[in-house]
Amino acid sequence: MILRDPAVRRLREIYRPATGRLWWAAVLGALALGSSVGLMAVSAWLISRAWEQPPILFLQVAVVSVRAFGIGRGVFRYAERLVSHQAAFRSLVDLRVALYERLIPLAPAGLPAFKRGDLLRRMVDDVETMSDLSLRVMLPIFSAILVGTGSVILTAWLLPASGVILAVCLLLGGIAVPALIIWSSGRGQAAQAPLQAELSSEVLTALQAGPELMVLGADDAYGRRIEDVDARLAAAMRKTAVGSALSTALGILVQGAAVIGMILVAVPAVRAGDLWGVNLAVVVLLPLAAYESVAVLAPSALAAIRVRTAAGRLVEILDAQPPVSDPAAPQAADGATVVARGLSASYPTGPVAVGGVDFYLPVGHRIGLVGESGSGKSTVLNVLAGFLKYSGDVRLGGRQLSELAGDDIRSLVLWTPQIPHVFDADVAANLRMAKPDATDEQLLDALAAVGLPMDLHRPVGQHGATLSGGERQRLGLARAVLADHPVLLLDEPTEHLDPPTAQAVLDTIAKVSEGRSLVVVTHQPIPWLDEHVEVRTPGRS
Amino acid sequence: MRGFDRRLLKYARSTRTFLVASVFVQAVQALLIVAQAFLLASVIVRAFTEAADLAAVMPTVVQLGAVIAARALTAFLAEWLAHRTAATAMSELRMAAWRHMMSLGPAWLAGKRTGELAQLLVRGVGGLEAYYARYLPQLVLAVVVPLIVGVAILTEDVLAAVIVAFTVPLIPVFMILVGWVSQARVDRQWRWLAVLGNHFLDVVEGLPTLKAFNRAQHQVGQIRQVGDEHRRSTMGVLRVTFLSALVLELLSTLSVALIAVSIGVRLVEGNMTLMAGLTVLILAPEVYLPLRMVGQHFHAAAEGAEAADRVFAVMEQEPPTTGSADLVAAEADIRLEGVALGYDGKDVVSELSAVIPAGDITVINGPSGAGKTTVLNGVLGFIKPSAGRILIGEQDLADIDVRQWWSHIAWVPQSPQLLPTSLRENITMGEDLDVREVLAQTRLEVWVDALPDGLDTIIGEGGRPVSVGQARRIALARALLRRSRVLLLDEPTAGVDPESEAAILAVLRTVPATVIVVGHRSAIDAIADHTFSVGVVV
Repeated sequence: MILRDPAVRRLREIYRPATGRLWWAAVLGALALGSSVGLMAVSAWLISRAWEQPPILFLQVAVVSVRAFGIGRGVFRYAERLVSHQAAFRSLVDLRVALYERLIPLAPAGLPAFKRGDLLRRMVDDVETMSDLSLRVMLPIFSAILVGTGSVILTAWLLPASGVILAVCLLLGGIAVPALIIWSSGRGQAAQAPLQAELSSEVLTALQAGPELMVLGADDAYGRRIEDVDARLAAAMRKTAVGSALSTALGILVQGAAVIGMILVAVPAVRAGDLWGVNLAVVVLLPLAAYESVAVLAPSALAAIRVRTAAGRLVEILDAQPPVSDPAAPQAADGATVVARGLSASYPTGPVAVGGVDFYLPVGHRIGLVGESGSGKSTVLNVLAGFLKYSGDVRLGGRQLSELAGDDIRSLVLWTPQIPHVFDADVAANLRMAKPDATDEQLLDALAAVGLPMDLHRPVGQHGATLSGGERQRLGLARAVLADHPVLLLDEPTEHLDPPTAQAVLDTIAKVSEGRSLVVVTHQPIPWLDEHVEVRTPGRS
Repeated sequence: MRGFDRRLLKYARSTRTFLVASVFVQAVQALLIVAQAFLLASVIVRAFTEAADLAAVMPTVVQLGAVIAARALTAFLAEWLAHRTAATAMSELRMAAWRHMMSLGPAWLAGKRTGELAQLLVRGVGGLEAYYARYLPQLVLAVVVPLIVGVAILTEDVLAAVIVAFTVPLIPVFMILVGWVSQARVDRQWRWLAVLGNHFLDVVEGLPTLKAFNRAQHQVGQIRQVGDEHRRSTMGVLRVTFLSALVLELLSTLSVALIAVSIGVRLVEGNMTLMAGLTVLILAPEVYLPLRMVGQHFHAAAEGAEAADRVFAVMEQEPPTTGSADLVAAEADIRLEGVALGYDGKDVVSELSAVIPAGDITVINGPSGAGKTTVLNGVLGFIKPSAGRILIGEQDLADIDVRQWWSHIAWVPQSPQLLPTSLRENITMGEDLDVREVLAQTRLEVWVDALPDGLDTIIGEGGRPVSVGQARRIALARALLRRSRVLLLDEPTAGVDPESEAAILAVLRTVPATVIVVGHRSAIDAIADHTFSVGVVV
C-alpha cells in the first residue's frame, strides 16, 4: 500500500500531516456518504410505503429523515472538504520548507545535479501532489470502508443474500477495478511527472536562450525538441485515458450487476414472504448510492501513483549528496590566517579541477589568483568558502577547514560569485542581506563607497534586469563593504567595468580590504597586491 | 462561472470535433438513464404490487442488463474522448503559445520573467486537463441531461416537471453570481502561484550568495510566508467553490425532496400510480446531478480557464512589425543616423551617429551602463530606433526582413546561454561541421582534450559546470563556426586570461567579416580599425 512505499514513508518523516484534523475530515466524509445512502434508502421506502396508503402520520419520521439526510449530505461534504484541504495544504508548506532546508547544504557545488526548471516542478508541483495522499487516497479509502460496511450490514439485515451480493460487488468495485486501472495506466501516469519536469526545463532553457536561438535561426530546431517532449507527454496522457475510461465503464457494469443481482434474490424473496414488499425498492436501489463510495477509488488509484512518483522525485532531493558536510565535532578557528599547502579539489561530477596550490595569508595580506581561464581559480575560492571538499592542507585560524563548521568558516570568510546574484527585490533588501541591522545611511555609504549612487527603494527586477552588468558587480561589492568579514574572496570583480570605473572600483577594493585579508581572482596583475599566485589544472602544461 | 471560451476553438482545433461528439454521446447516455429508470421502476412495481415471480419480470431484467451494458459503453466513450481531447488540445495550445512567444521576438522575451512563462506553458496549460476532461463534459451534460430527463419526467408527472422547470434555471443563475465573486480570488491565486515559482527560482539561484552571508536559513521564513500566502489564496478560492457546491447541493436536494413529498402525498391520496412515482423519484436526482457536478469541478475548471485566459492574452499580442524587403547585401557599411534607442519608451541612447565600415573591426566603448549593449540590440533589430535610422548599406533595417538579417549575423551576448546538450552540439547547433579549427581559435582545445568525454561532454544545466569565461569562448566558437558576414561580440574576452585573450583577438583580425566588439579593455582597443563611444559627452 501507498503508506508503505519507502519514498512516501521518508517524506512523512520530515513533515507531519495534521493527523487530528484528518481524522475529523474522515469522519465527516463518511457521514456525507452515509447520508447519501440513507437518503436513497429512506426515500425508496417512503414512496413504496406511501403507495400502501397508511395514515400520513406513519410517514412523518421518514419524511423528516429524507430532509435530514438531504441537508446532511451537503453540509457534511462541505465541512469535510474545508477541514481536509486546510489540513493538507498546511502540511504542504511544512514539506516545502523542509525540502528547502535540504537544498541549503547542496549549494553551490551540489546543485547543478538538478536543472532549475526541474527543481521548480519538484518544489512547486510535486509538493502539491503530496496533498493528494490524504485528500484523494487515504480519506476516500477510509470513507469507502466505513460506508460500504454500513450498507452491507443494512441490506443483510433486510435480506441476508442481498448483503452478500452487495459485499461482493463493493469489493470488486473497490479493489479489482482500481487494481485494473493501476495495471493498465500505471506506467502512463507515472511517466507524466518526469515528462512535465523535462518539458519545464526545456521550455525554461529555450526561453532564456530565446534571443540567441532566434539569431542563430535555431529556434525552430529547438522548438522541435520541445515538441518531442510534449508529444511524449501527450502520448502518456492518452495511455492513461484508456485506463481511466475503462475503469468508469467497469464501475457501471459492477454497479449494474449489483442491481440485477438484488432483483434476482429479492423478487423471489418478496413472493416467499422473506422480504417485506415495501423494502424491495430499498434493496434494489441501495447499490446505486452505496456504489458511490467505492467509485472514487479508481481515481484514487491513479492519484496514489502520482503521489508515489512525486514522493520518489522529492526523495531524490533528500538523497543528493552534499559536496561537503560539517564535521561531527566542529572546532573553533583561532584568528583568520589562511594557509594552503598542496590544495587540490574537484567537483562531484568532474575530474580534478585544481591541484597543488600553495599560499600563506595572514590577516591583512592581499593576494591575487592568476592563471588561464578554466584553470580552477574559482574552485580555490569555493574551497576557501567551505563549499567544496579538498585534499591537501588548508587551514583557517590554525584549524583544518574540514574541522570547522561551514557557517563558522563563512562568518570569517566572505565569498562573492563571479556574477553577483541580485534578488528580485529593492536595492535596500539586496544590501541588507549582508548586514540585516544596517541603517539606511550605512547602506547609502556602502553604495557611495563603490561609486553606485542609487535609490534604496528602486526595485532591481528578476536577475537584476534593470541593472547593467557593471552596476550588478558594484552592488555585489557594496555587500562586501557592509559585511565585516576578516577575509574577502572576490572573483574577477572588475570584469565588466570600463577602465576608469574599473580603476575606481579597484581603488575602493584596496580601501575596503585595508586591514583585512583578500583573495582576488584576476587576469590583470593588480599593483597593490602583496603577491600573485599561479593556479593550474593538474595534468596541463 | 465561466461558460465556454470560444478562443479554445480557434487555438485548439480538436475542441470542435470533441464538442460535437460529446453532445451526441451524452445525449445517448441521458436516454439510457431514462430507460434504466423506467425498467427499474417497472420491475419493482410488478414484484411489489403484483407479487410477480422472477420468470415474469425476467424479460425486463434482461432489457435492464442491456441498458446497463450500453451505459458502460457510452461512459467509456465519453471519458476516453474527453481525456484524449484534453491531451491533444493541451499539446496544440502549448505549441501554438510557444511559437507565438518566439514570434514576439527577443525584446518581448527580455522583458518577461522566464520562470513565469515556463510555468504558464507547462503547468498553466496542464490545468486544461481538468477543464477538458471533467468540466466541459459536465457542461455539455448539464445542458443535455435536464432537457431529456425533464421531458421524460413530464410524460409521467406534470407537477414534478413544473418543479424541475422552475428550480433548474436557478442553478446557472446562481453559478454566474458565484463566478463574479470568485474571479478576483482566482486571479489572486494565480498571481501567488507565479510568485511562488519565481521566488523559489530566485532563492535557489541566489542560494550560494545567501550561504556566503549565512542567510540561507533566514530564507526559510520567507519561503514559509510565500507558501502561506499561496495556501491562503488557494483556500480563498476553495472556500467559494465549496460554498457554491453546498448551495447547489441544498438547492437540488430541496427540489428533490419537494418532488418526493408531493409524490408521497398523491400516492397516499391514491392520485398517482406507484410506477409513475417511482420513475420520477429515480429520475429527479439525475436532473440535478450534472449541474451539481459542474459546481464540483468549478475550481479545477476555473484554474484551467484562468490559465487558458493568460495563454490567450499572450497569443493575442501582436508580433512586432518587421520589414519584408529582401536584404540586398550583408557585406555593407552599417550606419547609425541620429539614432535614439531604448526600452518601454525611455531612450537609453540618443542622437547617436556612427559608421561601421564593412569588413573592419569596430569597437564600441563607453562607461558601464551607457547603452553599449542597447546599440547592439538596435543593430540586431531587437529594438527599433525611436528616432533616426539604422542603415545596412542603403537599406533601412526597419524595412528588412529581420530573419534574413539574422542569417548573416553571429552574435555573442554578454552572458551566453549554453544548451543542456553536448559540447559539440552547443558549437555546431546540430549541423555536421568540423569544430577542430574553432576550438583552436578560441583556445578551448586543451580543455576539451582533458575532458573524459571530450566533445561529447554534456555541459550546461545538469551537466558539467562551465566557468563564465569558458561559456563565452564556447559561444564564440559557435559564432566563428558560422562564418557569418557580421560578428557582434559583447565583451567576448571578459573572464578570459590575457594570453588566451590575445590569441582570440588575433583570430578576429583574420575573420573576413564586419566585426563589432563591445568592450573596454586596452587589448580590444588595440585591434580596432575604428572606435566610437556611447554615452560620452564630447
